[in-house]
Amino acid sequence: MSQTAIAQADWGGGASPFGVTWQKMMMWFFIVTDALLFAGLLVSYGVVRIATGDWPTQSEVFSLTYIATMTFVLITSSATMACGVKAAELGRPQTAAKFVWLTILGGFIFLGMQAYEWTVFIGDGGGITGNPWGSPTFSQFFFIITGFHGFHVLTGVIVLLVVAIRAAMGRYSPAGVENAGLYWHFVDLVWVFVFALFYLV
Amino acid sequence: MEHEKQGFVSKYIFSFDHKMIGKQYFTLAMSMGFIGGILAVLIRLQLGFPSQPFPFLENLFPVGMASGIMTPEFYVSLFTMHGTIMVFFLLSLLPVSGFGNFLIPLQIGARDMAFPFLNMLSFWTVVPGAIIIIISFFVEGGAAASGWTAYPPLSAIRSAIPGSDLGQTLWLVGMIFFVASFTMGGLNFVVTILNLRTKGLRMMRMPLTTWAQFIVGILGLLSFPALAAGALLLTFDRSLGTSFFLPAGIFIGDTLMPHEGGTPLLWQHLFWFLGHPEVYIIMLPAMGFTSDILATFCRRPIFGYKSMVYAIWAIGTLSFLVWGHHMFVSGMSPFLGSLFVVTTLAIAIPSAVKAFNWLFTIARAKIQFTSASLFGLGVVSLFVTGGLTGIFLGTNATDIQLHDTYFVVGHFHFIMAGAGLFGAFGAVYYWYPKMFGRMLSERLGKIHFWITFVAYYAVFFPMHYLGVSGMMRRIYDPNVYEYLQPLQPVNLFITISAFVLFTGQLIFIYNYFASMRRGAPATSNPWNATGLEWSTPPHPGHGNWEGEIPPAHRWPYDYSEPGKKRDFTPQWEA
Repeated sequence: MSQTAIAQADWGGGASPFGVTWQKMMMWFFIVTDALLFAGLLVSYGVVRIATGDWPTQSEVFSLTYIATMTFVLITSSATMACGVKAAELGRPQTAAKFVWLTILGGFIFLGMQAYEWTVFIGDGGGITGNPWGSPTFSQFFFIITGFHGFHVLTGVIVLLVVAIRAAMGRYSPAGVENAGLYWHFVDLVWVFVFALFYLV
Repeated sequence: MEHEKQGFVSKYIFSFDHKMIGKQYFTLAMSMGFIGGILAVLIRLQLGFPSQPFPFLENLFPVGMASGIMTPEFYVSLFTMHGTIMVFFLLSLLPVSGFGNFLIPLQIGARDMAFPFLNMLSFWTVVPGAIIIIISFFVEGGAAASGWTAYPPLSAIRSAIPGSDLGQTLWLVGMIFFVASFTMGGLNFVVTILNLRTKGLRMMRMPLTTWAQFIVGILGLLSFPALAAGALLLTFDRSLGTSFFLPAGIFIGDTLMPHEGGTPLLWQHLFWFLGHPEVYIIMLPAMGFTSDILATFCRRPIFGYKSMVYAIWAIGTLSFLVWGHHMFVSGMSPFLGSLFVVTTLAIAIPSAVKAFNWLFTIARAKIQFTSASLFGLGVVSLFVTGGLTGIFLGTNATDIQLHDTYFVVGHFHFIMAGAGLFGAFGAVYYWYPKMFGRMLSERLGKIHFWITFVAYYAVFFPMHYLGVSGMMRRIYDPNVYEYLQPLQPVNLFITISAFVLFTGQLIFIYNYFASMRRGAPATSNPWNATGLEWSTPPHPGHGNWEGEIPPAHRWPYDYSEPGKKRDFTPQWEA
């Protein structure tokens, strides 16, 4: 994008206050606003759950071991991502690309496990308008919160695929890997909140 | 800097130039504002001449104005869409997206916004939103009819009223486009201001307009996600039969709805968590414009620059802690209500700081009465009037009496709509030479100001009396209540004034478009102002400065320095 480059090349301006590029800063601000979107959903869930009363015990509905495995997979993928970012920073594109592919694999495993979890949940009678365990809002919040998070994971996987393919084509920038990594860590961190607040509490 | 020759499409439609994108926003916002104004005229038509036939309107709205008489359903759609269009598509788009994009790079000495492509994308995301909002008038059942706040259950159950069906769905889709666009814009604003300032332009040397846009960007990023979350849940309630906002026991006609477990109060919290910061998203840029305009035309440094900046910060921070004052009668805990009274009244402090600083800037100055400075003074007047009535509404003891009456309508049309609109008008008169390289007609501008100012007070000031007398907001025909019948002459007076107000705006529209071709050519600094934007050529091209970007040697308010020959020293002069 020639116009995008102009802003930086001709800038010659004052000191950047946090010593970061505007791309990275923009990713951080985007993460803040996206985090608040999840906060809105989780707070709504909290309000409705407290107001409702007949909330089912989660361990009787879900296999918490299974959910914990999903969590483990996602956090592991965060670790591989961190390795990828570091390798890119050190100027080792091959290693970086390898770790990005591993992260993508982790993302796909998580999505697959989530799809299976949804299948079981729906098979047990959990629906968008009601469920056999208690307040209908229980299954509604399950679908909207895990679904919205899953959508974010899918977005992250697509972003990482773009990064990996661009790296394979030689159009590779450490900053690009880092920004994709920031988003991926954010998506993982949100899952920790979902896991804690929806499945455990 | 080199720029390849641009074709029509890349110059005027999918432009990356922040100034062109700003102008595109102006065009969109002014068109939407014109439509919103027509809706306001129709609302006043019904209130001034309740249920009288106007056969010529049947051609335009065959269902809503069948045989020329407005149906109650159509009336409800009218005020819903008037509010939505004015709040989001005029008062947010014009001062924030329009002037923000146009002015930020010019005022901070940048070639463009940080991410021009995102900027272009954000404009072309809001356009479909605007089109969808307009189209919703012409679908089965008419436009959304649950008020601009879209409270459930009216907005959540499709069969509730005609407007709850397709119209409400389109409203939600339009708003989702708007939120997406505004988020992209906010990201761009904040990052541009933090990272792309020219040499020497420290944060505390920025013009107050840019300061306001900076805080507005942050407010948008922090508040719109709440609306997005709410809109997502509401869409599910409407389309998939969930009941996030719907408790058990709702009847539509004789049918019991199958919903249970939700709470409509949740939507109100989510909505007003956005809704109150949104008020300041509209207000803060107007405050910034006013500060810059008053300093220029009083030929004085703005009084209390630092306190102005801190006041913007304080207003921005407090705006997240006051949303409950919209909900005093919603059944929320009265203890919580008292807390919101305290935070709400606390916001009066930074607001008063700003008002007094303006007054001290004006006091004993030789004011140059241009159209821009008249509108700047208008903002101060409207802001004080609206601020004083706000104290009644921010205190729960009096609000419970006045809630949902015309007192509220009068109040927010002064403080938010009026001050925001006057600020935007002032800004257009002030920065028009930079936008089009020509001057607006001052004579028409002054006529426009006086008609607008007098008619604005004539329309909205009597509404306070209507409200105290008990006339409720959103009522279709007040004459169904005997005790409201004596108020009909007041309503008629307001309606006539509203026609005058609307007609007065045609002068502005004529001036705006005619001056593009016929206005006197502008010099690069026609007002002898000091901001960096005035160091550009009269009609800057993409890239803004032809040579090097000038550095900032000082703050932008060095007017009438003692011992200097000129009464201003521009920011870019050492």
